[in-house]
Amino acid sequence: MDKVQDNRAWFLIIPVFLIVAFSAVIPLMTVVNYSVQEIFGPGQTFFVGTEWFEAVLKDERLHDALVRQIVYSLAVLAIEIPLGILIALGMPGGRSAKTSLTLVLLALPLLIPFNVVGTIWQIFGRGDIGLLGATFRAIGIDYNYTSNSAHAWVTVLVMDVWHWTSLVALLCYAGLQSIPPAFYQAAKIDGASKWAVFRYIQLPKMRGVLIIAVLLRFMDSFMIYTEPFVLTGGGPGNSTTFLSQYLTQMAVGQFDIGKAAAFSIVYFLIVLLFSFIFYTIITRTGEGEKK
Amino acid sequence: MTLTLEGVAKRFGAEQHLHPLSLELQPGSFNVLLGRTLAGKTTLMRLMAGLDAPSAGRVLENGKDVTGTSVRHRDVAMVYQQFINYPAMTVYENIASPLRRQGKDKAEIDAKVRRTAAMLRIEPYLDRLPAELSGGQQQRCAIARALVKGAGLLLLDEPLVNLDYKLREELRAELREIFADGKTTVVYATTEPQEALILGGNVTVLHEGRMLQTGATGDVFHTPASLECAQVFSDPPMNVVDAILTNDRVALSDGTGLPLSAHDRNLPAGPCKVGIRANHLTVLRRTERLVPVRGKVALSEISGSETFIHLRHGDTTLIAREEGVHSHPIGSDIQVYADPDRIFVFSAAGQLVAAPNWRRGALRNIA
Repeated sequence: MDKVQDNRAWFLIIPVFLIVAFSAVIPLMTVVNYSVQEIFGPGQTFFVGTEWFEAVLKDERLHDALVRQIVYSLAVLAIEIPLGILIALGMPGGRSAKTSLTLVLLALPLLIPFNVVGTIWQIFGRGDIGLLGATFRAIGIDYNYTSNSAHAWVTVLVMDVWHWTSLVALLCYAGLQSIPPAFYQAAKIDGASKWAVFRYIQLPKMRGVLIIAVLLRFMDSFMIYTEPFVLTGGGPGNSTTFLSQYLTQMAVGQFDIGKAAAFSIVYFLIVLLFSFIFYTIITRTGEGEKK
Repeated sequence: MTLTLEGVAKRFGAEQHLHPLSLELQPGSFNVLLGRTLAGKTTLMRLMAGLDAPSAGRVLENGKDVTGTSVRHRDVAMVYQQFINYPAMTVYENIASPLRRQGKDKAEIDAKVRRTAAMLRIEPYLDRLPAELSGGQQQRCAIARALVKGAGLLLLDEPLVNLDYKLREELRAELREIFADGKTTVVYATTEPQEALILGGNVTVLHEGRMLQTGATGDVFHTPASLECAQVFSDPPMNVVDAILTNDRVALSDGTGLPLSAHDRNLPAGPCKVGIRANHLTVLRRTERLVPVRGKVALSEISGSETFIHLRHGDTTLIAREEGVHSHPIGSDIQVYADPDRIFVFSAAGQLVAAPNWRRGALRNIA
């Protein structure tokens, strides 16, 4: 068949082209432009080369925030993924009122705006009026997320688990529901144990959704901003200042636009790198069982 | 193993999925469960396997009551309509998995896996994952996994239905040889009469949760106990015409008279139903004894290398078979010929009164 030549087809991609240009390419290039300039004010800019990047890479506070961020994201994954799988395994199947109720309950935290989540936990954790804080106080634990760094850090982590584990659970649930019942019957006839069913049927069948869950949760938690900002404002000290918050402080607080731009680019590359590493590891894991 | 079902039945709530039935399957026998969808084939298989417990009746393996025994402790393997393999294991590991569970040693496992894989012609793919195989190969892998277990009872629930025509033919032909080892009792569910005939062995005809007939496949095909059974075991469906038996002919309701044959002579006169399979209603007049029937073509369909003509005849539709591929314009007049020696006579209530004579063993030649 002959190829149809019709240049009007180009018109069809113009909307997408414009949207991507204005939403991604132009802002990104602006940031790249800022990252190589010293900016004193409108029109007063000087080219400084890679100076900002050097400053960013040497920034001690940034190093601390990065380590904090990595530990935090890994903790989020280490808790939310297994917990989500467990919840999904325990969820009722089929079309029943129980199933619908479970799904609605699980979806609830996902529907709450991020800053509201922060506010909820802020009040929840207060020693005087918060249920969590008051309970701790009543049983004699001196819990105070505003003055104790460890408490603050764990509270932010638990808040994230509360907020996002249901996403992982729902994704895994969808994966589990797509397994035909015949698989379970076959396993039963084989005399397979519960563990074997999980290991050789459920887990491999959930692999696709797990890749998505890990990547989503990693990227999201690595860029977490609103919830700790509302809850702790990054404190006490810098104990809950994660990368995005440090970036905001730099750009909006100190108006260090050039340095913040360089930081953004480094940040972007880090997220990209980690996502790539995770993606590669997970996709290889399934294949690795061939031998 | 000898599998005996004694009055087993299954109901789910108010719905009776399977009416009480008794059946005995001999060791090493090949048994086809034939029935349309929702006939109760899968329900019966699940009871045989022990995946479900019957609501009534007993299941015996070699005379031992296993009614309440879980499937985990039974000597059974099963192949499904869907291709069920462990997705993250290679074909080799999939086939080896039942043996590993049995705790066989490495050399024995290897030998058995390779032998079974060779039998099912998937030896070149042992290192692949199931998802990297075609549908036919995936099902071969599943069958190998079931076979290698060496279970006394092997259940196959419409194993070929998700395969394309060509693969189905190929695998079906091989299955017969593969199961001919003589030790395993095989149960094979299918909706297709043709498949039952090709596979041979014994057949049990199910319809709407009831067992209509059981016996050697040839016997059941040639002497269906009832009209219902004949319908399930005929593809295309058997032509059925109301008729009156007199002492010199069979008078069909449309006025056509069929001369008496050896099998329907000396029957008591009165109303009856006459069944004619499509292959005994032909376009070609092979002998002078064949009786012409006129009608108008309602539909003409080609299946393989034969043509099935649906013709309007009075207020009924008859289906005739024609050798070769032909086209008949819809609405055109057509004359077909009924073979009076091959008609089935059923009572008005649908019970078989007389069936054409047939040679036992003739079926083997057809298949």
